[in-house]
Amino acid sequence: MSEAMLKREISLTINGKTHALAVEPRLSLSDMLRDELRLNGTHIGCEHGVCGACSILLDGVPIRSCLMLAVQADGHNITTVEGMCNEDQTPGILQEAFQEAHGMQCGYCTPGMLISAQALLTENNDPCLEEIKEAIGGNLCRCTGYTQIIESIQLAACRMREAD
Amino acid sequence: MKAAKFNYILAESIDQVVEALDKGDGEAIVIAGGQTLMPMLSMRLARPETVIDINKIAELSGIDVAANEIVIKACTRQAEALAAAEVRTRLPLLAKAIAYVGHQQTRNRGTLGGSLSHGDPASEIPLAALAMDAHVCLRSAAGTRQVAMADYFLGPMMTARTDNEVLLSVHFPIPLAGARVGTAFHEVSERRGDFAVVAAAALIHLDANGICTHAALAIGGADSVPLRMTVVEDALRGGKPEPDGIEAALGGIEAALTPGNDQHASAAYRRRVARVLAERALKDAVAEAQK
Amino acid sequence: MNMERNLHYVATKRRVREDKRFVTGQGKYVQDVCLPDTKHAAVLPSPYPRARIVSIDTAVAETLDGVHMVLTGAQLAEDCNPIRLGLKLPKVQWYALAVGMTRYVGEWVAIVVADNAYIAEDALDLIEVDYEPLDPIVDPEQAFEETELLVHPGHGSNVLYHGNFLWGDVDNDFTGADDHLSFRARWGRSSTVPIETFGALARWDEGTEILDIWASIQMPNFVELMAATLGYPLNCIRLHQDVDVGGSYGVKRGIKQSVLVGYLSRKLRVPVRFIEDRLANMAGSDAHGPDRIFDTDVAFDKDGVIKSIKIRALDDAGAYPGRAPFQLAKPISAIVGPYKINSVKYEAISVCTNKSGQVPVRGFGQAPTNYMIETAVDNVARHLGLDRLEVRRRNLIQPDEFPYQIPPGSKYDSGDYPVVLQKGLDLADYDSLLARRDKARSEGRLAGIGIATVLEPGGGNNIFEYLMDPSAEITTFMEGCEVRVDPQGNITGIMGTTTSGQGHETMMATILGEELQFDPDDIRIVHSDSLNALPTRSPIASRMAIMLGSAAAGAAGKIKNRAMAIAAHNLERPVEALEYAGGDISDRNDPRHKLTWAEICFIAYRAYHRLPEGMEPGFQAQYIMQVPGGGQLPDQNNRVQVYPCFSFQAHVPYVEIDPGTGRVSVLDYAIAHDCGTVINPDIVRGMVIGGLAHGIGAALYEKFAYDDDGQFLSATFADYLMPSVHEIPDVKDVEHCTPSPLTSHGQKGSGEGGYLGAPAAIASAVNDALHPLGLNINELPMRMNKIEALINDGQK
Repeated sequence: MSEAMLKREISLTINGKTHALAVEPRLSLSDMLRDELRLNGTHIGCEHGVCGACSILLDGVPIRSCLMLAVQADGHNITTVEGMCNEDQTPGILQEAFQEAHGMQCGYCTPGMLISAQALLTENNDPCLEEIKEAIGGNLCRCTGYTQIIESIQLAACRMREAD
Repeated sequence: MKAAKFNYILAESIDQVVEALDKGDGEAIVIAGGQTLMPMLSMRLARPETVIDINKIAELSGIDVAANEIVIKACTRQAEALAAAEVRTRLPLLAKAIAYVGHQQTRNRGTLGGSLSHGDPASEIPLAALAMDAHVCLRSAAGTRQVAMADYFLGPMMTARTDNEVLLSVHFPIPLAGARVGTAFHEVSERRGDFAVVAAAALIHLDANGICTHAALAIGGADSVPLRMTVVEDALRGGKPEPDGIEAALGGIEAALTPGNDQHASAAYRRRVARVLAERALKDAVAEAQK
Repeated sequence: MNMERNLHYVATKRRVREDKRFVTGQGKYVQDVCLPDTKHAAVLPSPYPRARIVSIDTAVAETLDGVHMVLTGAQLAEDCNPIRLGLKLPKVQWYALAVGMTRYVGEWVAIVVADNAYIAEDALDLIEVDYEPLDPIVDPEQAFEETELLVHPGHGSNVLYHGNFLWGDVDNDFTGADDHLSFRARWGRSSTVPIETFGALARWDEGTEILDIWASIQMPNFVELMAATLGYPLNCIRLHQDVDVGGSYGVKRGIKQSVLVGYLSRKLRVPVRFIEDRLANMAGSDAHGPDRIFDTDVAFDKDGVIKSIKIRALDDAGAYPGRAPFQLAKPISAIVGPYKINSVKYEAISVCTNKSGQVPVRGFGQAPTNYMIETAVDNVARHLGLDRLEVRRRNLIQPDEFPYQIPPGSKYDSGDYPVVLQKGLDLADYDSLLARRDKARSEGRLAGIGIATVLEPGGGNNIFEYLMDPSAEITTFMEGCEVRVDPQGNITGIMGTTTSGQGHETMMATILGEELQFDPDDIRIVHSDSLNALPTRSPIASRMAIMLGSAAAGAAGKIKNRAMAIAAHNLERPVEALEYAGGDISDRNDPRHKLTWAEICFIAYRAYHRLPEGMEPGFQAQYIMQVPGGGQLPDQNNRVQVYPCFSFQAHVPYVEIDPGTGRVSVLDYAIAHDCGTVINPDIVRGMVIGGLAHGIGAALYEKFAYDDDGQFLSATFADYLMPSVHEIPDVKDVEHCTPSPLTSHGQKGSGEGGYLGAPAAIASAVNDALHPLGLNINELPMRMNKIEALINDGQK
């Protein structure tokens, strides 16, 4: 096996914490998060970039972690659903809103939805319906039919505006 | 769906990239945004010996505005291009096209260079680039060359870029001052964000008297490559575009296309819908230019 | 059941407690279960629709570093039995890996166990299989007639089932009717395709000789089937049912996957895990849904009243049918829909072809059947030039006719169909929709309104199995619930099966809280494992609110009775003289004379001398609920009550079609739903809208496609298209409640209804839009290219 196939050392920040680890080049970012770091909140649904269940924030923007190699995350800043809680580990405004408006059923797409919603609301805490749909358009859900997810995001936006 | 083993090079310079491509002898491949390559690696449809990561090369990212062209470096994220004021105002057809590409997650990582290198006849960025008479800059160990979009697409997923070349940038000409520009991008897909089944990109320049000085109509998804409908364009140029004239100009379009059949659409469907979308795109572009 | 009572917790908005773990990424799905030393499996798919396996060479794969075992079907068949099917078909043999022959593209031929999934897939690349490709049988109508090309040669034909049912005097009704019409309707092969694939983790413990299984499972008899396949005693296997299941809607039955990991774990003496990747799932999970051709004749009078219906249903079960043929029989439960149709002839045929196996899908055959029934009603209206709503109103069962018995014997428990229909129309603002449609039409657009009035049978009852196979005298369809009060007085409810997003924990806590008068948030709900679970039939058949809910109420009743008996004994009063209030029990005439809940708990656990004579110590109760109306075999006319409860929905979507591209846009959707008493409003609303979205997918986009050569064309999410938020309109919904007299609180099922009505409703809308062009489409999914070709007929 050539040198270039061997594990590479990477260092990155995940949910505010620095991680240093050695990964095989072909290891996907989603597998790294789950299997190496036991951050199981990020889910795998298709591994070809359609369902969005694996969505995470990379330097603040949502991406599909199944479509990124772990080695490519070296030096970057990642947020997963586990990092969306408050400092004291209580659910944040968005997570509370999803509970209040029952924006899920089986919970499998939920972390990805939260990530996409978080990115939207960070940039724009008064999104119109079209903007919400654009934000979650790349996240598939088979349980809810999306209505209560949209309502959860609208509720969170409202609460964020009140908090400001 | 886990990738087969490969060597990984995090390139620090363009020189390093072309050297590795050269050495790779066809078994080395560049990864930029990975939105197309990663699924192929995961499904083991692509089994390169070496993957060359170009994401950390600063000169491969960014948008430069020159006097008569806008240069978008290969590794510029689609989201960045879409948000850039200079793209929205000076290259509106490109902005309209990018809005149809996938979803926000894919645009946050996907690059213009990646989309152009892949050469899917149904994808939006190649279609817009073709309609806009762009050209790409390719670099190998032997040097740099330009290839016009008209010469760039050779077949489905086959471009003029050879295995030892890397796409550096795409160059979009800026319209001359005084031109009234209208653009439109129409596509049909079952769901929003999917690859187009058929797409049409139109670009119209009118002079002060409303005469068409430039017309570009490109169709995607209806042949083995995205195609410019030069017969239609020739019919429109030099006259004042009217709906009847547009419809007449489109008369031969179906015969000019050789689409494929698949489970999503028959060749006949693609041919007919290409005409429908072409008409809508041209009419919209003309209307915008006439405003 | 007391329908007049004041409800405190039931029917009130309450957070769904399961959501808390999901929003913080703390859900525990099977892929999250981590056991030390676990090995990972990957499967090798067959590239041929039908082929003889000449040889499999695993030698090189076995030597790869990190590989622990490579197993083929032939090896597995030496130690394992074929998986039991629903019907008795001894020559139709379904093994966890292909044995001797592969019968569909993607069928699993070998399995590799390695240190991780990456290495396992590396090993797959090194397995050499020599196939002898054979001609496949792909078309179900051809499969039905075929005598030579047999999917299972030993079976003698491709027909798995062919049955005829006759209820009432169909011939007479047809000759006596003013008119009749015939049509064909086709339900395309789709499925529920949850975002989480199937996965299983097994650990054989040599010390206790127990096989522990964690799996993403939703089915009854899972452990029984595993045990029978592996040849183990049933109580050798412990299924952990506290695994969160990432969506199922019927399809997560993974017996072959679980058999494989169970077998491998015992062989290797380490935990073995198999998580399907999406490719393995789409082609090879045997999780495709009904694929059905209906040929229907309807007899009716000139005023649109439907007298009789003759149905021939031919369903393509793929190569390995499992329990899929029963999806033809369950709809007998509501085969006339919500209408007063006098007689029914039903011919049901299940065939096998060289495609992935079929599995029970949400509604267990009711969705395609409802699509066919509603198509019949719309066709009658169109034929007579009558309004579709008017024809429905003339045929709907009226509110004063409940319980209403349909020709096959099921009695619909309660309902008020005209009122719910009107609620749906009002919510849709039907007159405005008509104006909107007509304005769009005047502007040259294609626009249509859909109407569907459909039933959702709920509660479950396998008696349909007996209808198809009289040797299967199965009349028990139960659900067990245990309630425990601990020495401190805390209440714990125990359910004996899995949950895949339906909020069972919340539902159960709500009912226990209601009955025992405690805040549901203070009541803990846990899932037992299969070894210590009470009897269960799992969350299928839209049954859990009905069955687990009623069982919980039953168990709570026993707890209350026990408390009352203890109090009566200690307060020296008869039970009738006592008042139960939030766990405290007092003398009605002298309220100071009382026992607190804490005191009752103390007596129950600690003060045996103060227990009534003969009462066992502790404070717990079990209740096993048998399905209401079940428990008997069909009478001599083959009539029997199938499911007990019937929810009803009226769907009113508005669509526009782009005639240039054939693309359908669903722009508006109103739904009125009646599922009796709603235990948790958010859960029910979510189910309704979620099911509706599923139905839009089946109506417009989703199909597991095979070409004429049996090649599989829907291998990924790029080809199998599921609706995103952009494809689902903003849904307006309104509730109505006609409680069921059969359940603890009047609740009926709500998990399926959206899916059981939306495809019919969307088809109705599309055909309404095409009506001005004199066109009609009777096949799902209604993809853009199909509609455009129809509109531009002759230009193919």
